[in-house]
Amino acid sequence: MTPFHSHTGLVAPLDRANVDTDQIIPKQFLKRIERTGFGEFLFHDWRFRQSGELDSSFVLNEPRYSGASILVAGKNFGCGSSREHAPWALADFGFRAIIAPSFADIFANNCLKNGLLPVVLKEEEVAVIMENARSLDEYELTIDLEQRRVTDDKNFSTSFVIDDFQRHCLMEGLDDIALTLLLADDIAAYERRRPVFMR
Amino acid sequence: MARTLFEKLWDTHVVREPEDQPALLYIDLHLVHEVTSPQAFEGLRVANRPVRRPDLTVATMDHNVPTTDRRFSISDPIGAKQLDMLRRNCLDFGIQLYDIDSADQGIVHVIGPELGLTQPGMTIVCGDSHTSTHGAFGTLAFGIGTSEVEHVLATQCLPQNKPHTMLVHVRGSLPPGVTAKDLALGIIGQIGTDGATGHAIEFAGEAVRELSMEARMTLCNMSIEAGARAGMIAPDETTFAYLYGRRFSPKAVAWTQALSYWETLQSDSDAAFDRTVELDAATLEPHVTWGTNPGMVVPVTGSVPDPAGAKSEADRRASERALHYMALAPRTRIQDIQIDRVFIGSCTNARIEDLRAAARVVKGYHTSDSVNAMVVPGSQAVKRAAESEGLDRIFLESGFEWREAGCSMCLGMNADILAPGERCASTSNRNFEGRQGRGGRTHLVSPMMAAAAAITGRFTDVREWKFK
Repeated sequence: MTPFHSHTGLVAPLDRANVDTDQIIPKQFLKRIERTGFGEFLFHDWRFRQSGELDSSFVLNEPRYSGASILVAGKNFGCGSSREHAPWALADFGFRAIIAPSFADIFANNCLKNGLLPVVLKEEEVAVIMENARSLDEYELTIDLEQRRVTDDKNFSTSFVIDDFQRHCLMEGLDDIALTLLLADDIAAYERRRPVFMR
Repeated sequence: MARTLFEKLWDTHVVREPEDQPALLYIDLHLVHEVTSPQAFEGLRVANRPVRRPDLTVATMDHNVPTTDRRFSISDPIGAKQLDMLRRNCLDFGIQLYDIDSADQGIVHVIGPELGLTQPGMTIVCGDSHTSTHGAFGTLAFGIGTSEVEHVLATQCLPQNKPHTMLVHVRGSLPPGVTAKDLALGIIGQIGTDGATGHAIEFAGEAVRELSMEARMTLCNMSIEAGARAGMIAPDETTFAYLYGRRFSPKAVAWTQALSYWETLQSDSDAAFDRTVELDAATLEPHVTWGTNPGMVVPVTGSVPDPAGAKSEADRRASERALHYMALAPRTRIQDIQIDRVFIGSCTNARIEDLRAAARVVKGYHTSDSVNAMVVPGSQAVKRAAESEGLDRIFLESGFEWREAGCSMCLGMNADILAPGERCASTSNRNFEGRQGRGGRTHLVSPMMAAAAAITGRFTDVREWKFK
């Protein structure tokens, strides 16, 4: 996992609530057996018309947002299916962080496993960022995970909450399976306590 | 201290709670399918890690399998490769696989309970959000991503932050024609698709106690559509009767031991929940979704809402967007909406009771000329049971297609998809844009409501149905 310390990048506004993982990566692209190569299918049905050509009216297709690495979106981002292909597609497309008023649980978990930072900010803060990303040219934010702060070079500055352990894992790019395997003795002891009727 | 059912399940499964870290939970049953597992097995290979408990891991193929005749090779080469990968992974790591030609194949959340693998008191995970289904047995069951699938394969454990608790208390009894699906949609309509985010729900109350096991599965299945981490129902005589004698249910002395443990699995009477939601089952009607998430739902006697009346600017825009996608005008009566397709299937509503309820409606009728309807049983066992009762004949004679078991048009990973613009009455769980096929328009309903719509060609209040 790529470690995440602090990231500064262009912000793309996706002003929609309840963006579900079926939108982020439609099912026809879930048949790949690799973790890579999903970026080109990100938001497929919104980015491409039925004919296959780019839909220039979709925000991520606007040239001004090309190269954006921070996505700002409406509440309950990532709801629906548990497919990790969604964060894989977002990361592969170039996003390092997503800012929203709330995230679906499984999606947020999946992001954290892939070095993609879900940042929860207040609804009114998200609205400010959304407006800035729309009205200002090349609007950039800095997300400092160590300081837990989101700032721009004008006057926006706020803090966000993230669990200490998750922050630690992201900053170190840790393999959490290795951490659990360190507790092998505890796991074996638990297994000896399990009721026999549970096999 | 008084504890909720969730807290009992949680406490029992904590292997260790390292300081400043999430609790490490033991997982009793890990269900695996072809779509969310290949990258996890690949991760194990790269790190040279074995599967810790292949005996607590069970796999099947459901998401992308064809539902048409399977004697021929699968025409979709990428889908076929994914199925081959699962075969190879199960073989290499010693995992029981219910393959496409197995008599036990089916949707993972249908076969787990059916085989008696799902038992009260367990923690159950699967790389699928509808794992909440198993909560119907008094289990802590939740969907996980592929990295977590790999974690469980390697360690049989999962680090987890403890969710909050929510009680959904449903008093009264469901009226005839109103089902667990309508109850689920009613709850989501009330609290919203993120209403239970960060929470584990316990469903309780008279109406819940009166539900059959299969109906309880439907209700718990839809918990994720309210954003819940898990949904559960305390086990009782209904649960025990369902489990008795199933293939993997405890037998003889083990059954007695299990039973005495299972009986302790209920919330203490004075246990406190972080949130409580109250509903009256007696006032519920059959529900139909009108929009592009399960919270956009109204009773069958209602109309498509006018976005102008939305609570917030964000809601108004979301409604307008949904109506545009669904090609519906505000204030259209639900019963005036005509449909093109009917899908009876999915982990939500493809069990034998669902098929019986739908067959009862269609018996003696024929599908509308303008409707293409299909039934996809949840498992091969459900299919056999239905055929032994003659339900397949009823569906076929009424003009329905009768298919092989799988997820099918719930998510359209196989050939079963809607054409752009087609409108479908579906017993599945998600009406997201494009979920059943790009440009397809999904309305979520109960099996009886889907069956009635297939006959009349539009949404019809099944409470007024003339059964033949």
